[in-house]
Amino acid sequence: MRASTRAAVIFLAPALTAIGAFFFVPVMAAIVISFTDFDIYSLGNWKYARFVGLKNYLDLIENPLFWKALRNTFYFLFVGGPLSIAVSLAAALLLQSKLVRLKGIFRTVYFAPVVTTLVAVAVIWRFVYHPRFGVLNYGLSFVGVTPIDWLGDPEWAMPAIILMAVWKNFGYNMIIFIAGLQNIPQELYEAASIDGAGKWQQFTSITLPMLAPTTLFISIITMIGYLQLFAEPYVMTQGGPLDATLSIVLLMYEQGFRWWNMGYSAAVAFVLFALILVASIFQSTLNRRFKTS
Amino acid sequence: MKSLQRTLLYVVLVVIAGITLAPLVWMVSASLMPTGQASTFPPSFFPQEVTFDHYRSLFTRLNLARYLFNSVLLSVAVMLISLVINSMAGYAFAKFRFKGSRSIFALLLSSMIIPAQVTMLPLFLLLNKMGFINSYAGVIIPGMASVFGIFLIRQFAQSIPDSLIEAARIDGAGDFKIYWTIILPLCKPILITLSIITFMGTWNDFLWPLIVMTDDSMYTLPVALANLSLEHVQDTELMMAGSVVTIAPVLILFASVQRYYISGIMAGSLKE
Repeated sequence: MRASTRAAVIFLAPALTAIGAFFFVPVMAAIVISFTDFDIYSLGNWKYARFVGLKNYLDLIENPLFWKALRNTFYFLFVGGPLSIAVSLAAALLLQSKLVRLKGIFRTVYFAPVVTTLVAVAVIWRFVYHPRFGVLNYGLSFVGVTPIDWLGDPEWAMPAIILMAVWKNFGYNMIIFIAGLQNIPQELYEAASIDGAGKWQQFTSITLPMLAPTTLFISIITMIGYLQLFAEPYVMTQGGPLDATLSIVLLMYEQGFRWWNMGYSAAVAFVLFALILVASIFQSTLNRRFKTS
Repeated sequence: MKSLQRTLLYVVLVVIAGITLAPLVWMVSASLMPTGQASTFPPSFFPQEVTFDHYRSLFTRLNLARYLFNSVLLSVAVMLISLVINSMAGYAFAKFRFKGSRSIFALLLSSMIIPAQVTMLPLFLLLNKMGFINSYAGVIIPGMASVFGIFLIRQFAQSIPDSLIEAARIDGAGDFKIYWTIILPLCKPILITLSIITFMGTWNDFLWPLIVMTDDSMYTLPVALANLSLEHVQDTELMMAGSVVTIAPVLILFASVQRYYISGIMAGSLKE
């Protein structure tokens, strides 16, 4: 073995062993488990698990709760995701304005919710959303809105979770947007304004196209994050009311670690993986097409 | 016109800042209210009289010191161990020429899209067999190495000039000496960034500790808080005090080192 290869092996061994044994092996094992009826009896002795083929996946398709969880997760993704990205972009644009001083302070404040603990934040917002004593209903009462049972009403529970998630997350994407905005050459704007382009025109014909790669990157990470919705419903609604906030990961957790239907739960996990995979491929194809055109 | 625009802009910025901070300020304020005050109408924003009773009962009656200890221990342990392992691998990918380097790295990168939830069931079974369920090792082991960490360090280490390493080698330094005395000191900024990200990630993590820590005495703060909040739904002030204890350490850490943290996110996003 060449000296440099031997050194590489030594330096890589700990990381590759850890990632191999505790990430890649479990991924493979999860595929296998999803084709078995692994349950609480198999937990004691793995031999009790039997191969059942596609049964878990077929059961999943027939389970209305699964479709409900899928629908809820998509609701969260397709309403919450774009909303969060829009707020992030707006905040980034405001902070990039030449008129603003103290940018650093505002940036830090906007980012603060990102580093907070999601569970604690969910506990706080549960009280913000309290139908009688909550601050939100109190504030809304001044504009004539009758009290809403945010987390107790199946219609409002998901919007409430989305609102909280946007509050918690927008600072993260905002930072990435700011980095993207700083990469746009200033001369473009100068040339455009000499040509008589207005602010709005500059935004649509310079800022947005130049931000496209950033936006795609943000869409992918936001999508991956939003598909993994778990702690918010776990703490705030336990998936209710009437399963209105049951998410894919919550379903996986309950099936796997509350009822110990691990084969079934592994199948749910793979649906999550498939969703992320398909969406990532879709978005990177979009990205490539965008780059060539 | 310009000054009107500026005023308007500041108004919007301050309003957003208010919305961002309000829930956190209310959390602190409510944690200091006498029992029951947070559940009155109209809602009050400031305590009638300041009391630290809720913090006292968290630490005396509800075992919070133990959860705090668990959280600190696990976050520090994962941070230190992963820092060593990731930096070794990141350095190797950046500077060593060996067969398969590119393809192994590409495989690792592409694995980043696999959600951790997929691994959780088998990982639970594996750690159960190894006897690590309900132990610190149960949280530390899956956190020992991370692709994201290796990636960040590799990107940074690539900018270290080869001539520096060559010169050290001519002076007779071995691989470990080079790693320890040249690479690590030069990588300090990214190592600090990664430490903060790892520490906060472990501190805030919920699903995995919820799964792996089955006994009350092993709970981390988020797991304990989630549990308490489902039992003590009515004790608003107490729960707010628990939230303060959970959030304050990461928020203070962020406030003191935010430059590193934010630059890490920017660096992580520039992987076209």
